[in-house]
Amino acid sequence: MGITDVATEAHGEGTGLVFHPLDQFKVTPLFGDGPVHWYTITNATLWMAFAVLAIVAMFVIGSRGRAIVPSRGQSIAELFYGFVYKMVEDITGHDGVKYFPYIFSLFCFIFFANFLGLLPLSFSPTSHIAVTAVLGFGVFIIVTLIGFVKNGIGFLGMFWLKDAPLALRPIIAIIEVISYFVRPVSHSIRLAGNITAGHAMIKVFAGFAAIAAVAPVSVVAIAAVYGLEVLVAGIQAYVFTILTCIYLKDALHPAH
Amino acid sequence: MADEHNTVEHVADAAEHAVDMAHGAEAGGAAMPQLDPTTFSNQIFWLLVTLVVIYLILSKIALPRIAAVLAERSGTITNDLAAAEELKAKAVAAEEAYNKALADARSEAARIVDETKAEIQSQLNAELAKADDEIAAKTAEGEKAIAAIRDNALSSVTDVATETAAALVAALGGQADDKAIAAAVAAQMKG
Repeated sequence: MGITDVATEAHGEGTGLVFHPLDQFKVTPLFGDGPVHWYTITNATLWMAFAVLAIVAMFVIGSRGRAIVPSRGQSIAELFYGFVYKMVEDITGHDGVKYFPYIFSLFCFIFFANFLGLLPLSFSPTSHIAVTAVLGFGVFIIVTLIGFVKNGIGFLGMFWLKDAPLALRPIIAIIEVISYFVRPVSHSIRLAGNITAGHAMIKVFAGFAAIAAVAPVSVVAIAAVYGLEVLVAGIQAYVFTILTCIYLKDALHPAH
Repeated sequence: MADEHNTVEHVADAAEHAVDMAHGAEAGGAAMPQLDPTTFSNQIFWLLVTLVVIYLILSKIALPRIAAVLAERSGTITNDLAAAEELKAKAVAAEEAYNKALADARSEAARIVDETKAEIQSQLNAELAKADDEIAAKTAEGEKAIAAIRDNALSSVTDVATETAAALVAALGGQADDKAIAAAVAAQMKG
């Protein structure tokens, strides 16, 4: 049974129960009803553009004063800068700092896409595996290239643990290689899964709110899940960024 | 009660639907908009555009600006701290100088007090010695005068005694021998 059928059926019963928990993730053209080509301006385009606007507002307009004693906006921009910069420097060391703009861009995009997605009637680009997979595999490819460029073939030493007993090393190497290639998958599915699950859960609870007897519980549950989602939006951006830093550290310093 | 029963049924229905839906998503695949491959190229294209725009905005405008502000601030703070350190050192030096001046003034004052005391003492001693001398001189003078007066008185006594003795001897009818009378008077005076 497809989701559309369920929804129609729910309507048909006349109970007021409407379940469209996944409709919020639909990618639709903003103008007209045509098919979604690669260049079509869709709701995904719109909300990514909003993320760009939010970033411009916070980091370009916010810091335009260049004040020694910062304004509120500049303080927040500096807070973000300092937070991510310290993370990159602490984890990857001093030679990782030159990749800071890239990591900061990733963090900002995920952070603002997550939070803008919490607005009612919004669209979360980060709930789509197509988006997070590009982010995750992008990190994977860039980090792997950096690893080979910086360390040459010695980068493969990362999989050959000198500390382990000789007999175990091939087995550990196989496990290490598998875990290395699983990284981008878990990296991207973690983000899309968290955002999708939370948003779908809110919609499911909202569907139950149509029943008068359950409505109060439903409203409380929506509020609670929404609070959780606010937390998740920040934490997932943080987790994605810190994992990127850890992968980058492995590429720069492959010795464990 | 009937209503309540209905409500319970509805909830059960809804739960069933939710379960069906999950099955539908699993079985149908396309039920989840995330898994619809026709939208992938669109999202990937716009994501890449977005990421490039964000990267350019941040790396060309925002991040250098914030980095410059932070560097300037830390420089200002360092300078201010250094200036404060310098001023503190100056204050400590000034306090030391003040304390030293105070100690010098105290010892100078003590020295002046001692000197003045010694001077007064020596003046006092000189005056006392002078006064003693004067007193001694006056005493000697007085003693001399007393001695002179006593000598005068003694010689007067001898004269009176000699005359009286001569008159007595004459009155008694004797011949007054001046030498004998003088010897007798002298002998009486000694006794």
